[in-house]
Amino acid sequence: MSESQKVIEIEVLRYLPESDAAPHSEIYKVPFSDDMSVLQGAQYIKDNLDGSLTFRWSCRMAICGSCGMMINGIPKLSCETFLRDYYPNRISIEALANFPIEKDLVTDLSGFIEKLEAIQPYIIPKEPRTLEQGEYLQTPEQFNAYIQFTSCINCTLCYAACPQVGLNPDFIGPAAIALAHRYNMDSRDGGTAQRMELLASEDGVYNCSAVGYCSEVCPKHVDPGNAVNINKIEAAKDYFLRFLSPKGGSK
Amino acid sequence: MKTRKRSNAPIFWGLFGAGGMLAGLFGPMLVFITGIAVPLGLLLPKDTMSYAKMLAFAQNFVGKAFIFAVIAFMLWHAGHRIFHSLHELGIHGGFFGKLICYGGPLLATVISAVVLLGLGF
Repeated sequence: MSESQKVIEIEVLRYLPESDAAPHSEIYKVPFSDDMSVLQGAQYIKDNLDGSLTFRWSCRMAICGSCGMMINGIPKLSCETFLRDYYPNRISIEALANFPIEKDLVTDLSGFIEKLEAIQPYIIPKEPRTLEQGEYLQTPEQFNAYIQFTSCINCTLCYAACPQVGLNPDFIGPAAIALAHRYNMDSRDGGTAQRMELLASEDGVYNCSAVGYCSEVCPKHVDPGNAVNINKIEAAKDYFLRFLSPKGGSK
Repeated sequence: MKTRKRSNAPIFWGLFGAGGMLAGLFGPMLVFITGIAVPLGLLLPKDTMSYAKMLAFAQNFVGKAFIFAVIAFMLWHAGHRIFHSLHELGIHGGFFGKLICYGGPLLATVISAVVLLGLGF
């Protein structure tokens, strides 16, 4: 380590389920260069200071959505957040808020996966289609209606940002609602009524109080807050008009 | 799969939305006219809000509808917003919170309807 080597303090919220009753902080001194991300800081700790530190990562380029953490209290992808932007102050990293911690920076995603499955994130054809009918055709306009909402990488930063997810863990939440909206908006899909049962339920869109932090932290500009609010209008229409034009599905 | 109950929120969310729209469109100007311009005698004629003029306004069908909408919907908006803001701050109103935040606007809606209709046409 040369004299000019910059060193940043990283405070990590540790939790080892075998031995800890509650999470606690540990501080590590990490030498870094200007091109090092927070993820690389964590990797330095694991490789050189404490091999037991556990965190998820894969692509290092904001594609895979694995490395989300609370960085100084803000949900971010650690691979696209740089240590130089925090130096000379200490930087704190913690597991994403609003999730149970499995170990150190790894959260338990089983609740999130259940919500993703519940919204039926696949095309439900309007009517059975045979191979002879060929492929679906879509105009650029029909494509543009949903393409923005396909960009979600399931990083769950929006769940960590959402105060309502924190208050009601059963709330379907921003990413899952954005994905439901993605399929509802797809001209090939006929599953809107089935998804409405969930969106209009007590676990659905009306849990949202339009804080908008989900859209702010989204690394892919999906704007889940917008998807949630569009579906408040859809769910309200379904509520008041369901006796006039029943679509089935909803209770 | 878990069975879920349909939320009744659209009713209150609809009233909240209507009140928010009115508050955004008319709120600032109402505050300016009734709270600043008339009391300080700025811009508007002295008798803008005299008893006779206000009574005539409240006896006109359109005036009645405006006064009713502004009072009722804005209070539904305010009650809903207060209830949910408190919830966000960790104060969970429960039954009594709902009674005050939604019962209040309901009571005010009924009172303003009765009073406005009582003033005649």
